[in-house]
Amino acid sequence: MNLRAVWAIYKMEMARAFRTVLQSIVSPVISTSLYFVVFGSAIGSRITEIDGVSYGAFIVPGLIMLSLLTQSISNASFAIYFPKFVGSIYELLSAPVSYLEIIIAYVGGAATKSIILGLIILATAGLFVPLTIEHPVWMLAFLVLTAVTFSLFGFIIGIWAKSFEQLQLVPLLIITPLTFLGGSFYSIDMLPGIWRTVTLFNPVLYLVSGFRWSFYGKSDVSIGISLGMTVVFLLVCIAIVAWIFRTGYRLRN
Amino acid sequence: MPSIISISGVTKTYATGFKALKEINLDIERGEIFALLGPNGAGKTTLISIVCGIVNRSSGTVTVDGHDISRDYRTARSLIGLVPQELTIDAFESVWATVNYSRGLFGKPANHAFVEKVLRDLSLWDKKDAKAITLSGGMKRRLMIAKALSHEPRVLFLDEPTAGVDVELRQDMWAMVRRLREDGVTIILTTHYIEEAEAMADRVGVINRGEIVLVEDKAELMRTLGRKRLLLELRSPLATIPETFSRYALELSPDGDRLTYTYDNQSERPGVASLLRDLEAAGIQFRDIDTQNSSLEEIFVNLVRKDA
Repeated sequence: MNLRAVWAIYKMEMARAFRTVLQSIVSPVISTSLYFVVFGSAIGSRITEIDGVSYGAFIVPGLIMLSLLTQSISNASFAIYFPKFVGSIYELLSAPVSYLEIIIAYVGGAATKSIILGLIILATAGLFVPLTIEHPVWMLAFLVLTAVTFSLFGFIIGIWAKSFEQLQLVPLLIITPLTFLGGSFYSIDMLPGIWRTVTLFNPVLYLVSGFRWSFYGKSDVSIGISLGMTVVFLLVCIAIVAWIFRTGYRLRN
Repeated sequence: MPSIISISGVTKTYATGFKALKEINLDIERGEIFALLGPNGAGKTTLISIVCGIVNRSSGTVTVDGHDISRDYRTARSLIGLVPQELTIDAFESVWATVNYSRGLFGKPANHAFVEKVLRDLSLWDKKDAKAITLSGGMKRRLMIAKALSHEPRVLFLDEPTAGVDVELRQDMWAMVRRLREDGVTIILTTHYIEEAEAMADRVGVINRGEIVLVEDKAELMRTLGRKRLLLELRSPLATIPETFSRYALELSPDGDRLTYTYDNQSERPGVASLLRDLEAAGIQFRDIDTQNSSLEEIFVNLVRKDA
C-alpha cells in the first residue's frame, strides 16, 4: 500500500477545499439559510406539525441530505474530471499507485468535505430551529455512509464524463429531482396514493427517511430497509468502480 | 548488467483501429542518453506513455531495471520520472505544494531539503510560493521537470523538452541533463531538434510509422551513414562540367564558380584524391577547398523518406 501517495492526494484535495472555501462552505450555508427562511418560516408557519415534529425541524435532515448528495457528487466528480480535462492526470497514471489507493484518496477527500459540510449545515439549522437527535451514532453512520456512497458515485461520473456538460448532467437531471421528490420537504403520507407508490422507487427517499429517523425516531419507511437500500447503492457503486479499473475505462486507453 | 529498459514485441492498436506501434523491440542501456527521433505521429509519445504506464499496450513486454511494468508496476514506475510534452499542471497549486505532492505520489518520504535543491537547480526557488498559473511558459516547463525529478528517478523521460523553449532555458536544460547523467540517471528524450540529439545523445533511435527504423551509436551513425561534401571554389568560372568528369556526378553552382562533390564513406565512387588529380590534369584550378559532414538531420530525413 502506497500510503504516502494516498495521503498526498488526500491532502491536496483538502487543500483545494480550503482554497475555495467560499464555494465549498459559505455558499451551502447561505443556501441552507435561505431554505429555512422560505420553507421553514414562510411555508412552515402554515403547516403546523408532521408526525409531532415542527415543520422547520422536520426538513433539517432532508436539507442536510440534499447538500450531502449534491456536494459529494460534485466534489468527487470534479476532483477526478479536472486533471483529466487539463491533462495533469498523466502524473497520477504514471505514479506507483493502485486503483484502490486512488479511490481511497479521492473518495476519502470528497466524503470528508461533504461530511464537514453536513455538520456545518446541521449547526446552521440549530440556529433556526430546536433540534433533537435521538440516535446520534446512527445519524453519523448515515452521514458517513451516504457521503462515501455518493462520492463514489461522483467519482464514477467524473471518470465517465467527457465534457463539463456531461459532468453537470447527472446531478442536474437525476439527483436534484430525486432529492426534491424524495421526501426532503414532506412526509410521503402527505402525497396522494399513486404518487406515494411512485416515490417508493426513489432511492433518495430511503436515505432521507433513515436519516430523519436518526433525528426524531420517526420515518416513512422502516430503518432496516433504509439502511439496506443505502448499502445496496454503495455496493453497486463499488461494482462499477471495480469494473472501471479492471478495464481502464476512460482512464488508460 | 541488464538494460535499464527492455521493450520487446510491444504493439499498440488504438480503439479506432489505428496501429500506433508495430512490434517495437528496444533496449536502453544504463546511464546513457538516448534520443528517439521521428516525425509527428511516428509513435514516440505512445511508446513513452506505454513504458510510463499511461497507455496500455496491446501486446509485448516492458521491463524497467528488470521489473515488469504490469506485474511489478510499483517498482517499475517509482524508478521513472516523466516530463510530458504538454504543459499540464494543476494551475491553482503553488510550486512548492505541487512538487512535494509529486514526491509523495511516488511514495517517497517528505524531504524538504531535496525538493529545495531541485527547485534551486531549476532556478525556481524564488517562485516557490507562486501559483503555477502565474508562471511563464518557460517557468512552467521548469516546474514540470522539477515534478519529474522530485522523487529521485533513475530514468528520466523528456518528451519534446525544448519545443517552444528559449535559448537560455534550453542551455540550462542540457546542462541539467548532463549533470543527471553524471549521477547515473538514464535519459530518454524525444525531439524534433536534431542538432540537440546530435549534441547530447549517446545513441539515436529513429522511429517512423510505429516502427523502429534504426538504433545506432550516434558517432557510428554519423560515420556510416554520413555523407561528405567536397566544395571547390574555382579560380575561373566554368560554363559546363567537362564530359570526362561524368563519373563523379559533380554539381556546378549556377554562377559556375563552385563545384560540389558529394560522396559517402562506403561509396563506390572514386575518392577525393583521384578527383583532384583529374581536375589538375584538366587544367581546372581552384582557390579554396572545403569539406562538410552531413548532419544527423539529413541522415534522419533520408531514412524516413526511404521508408515512406
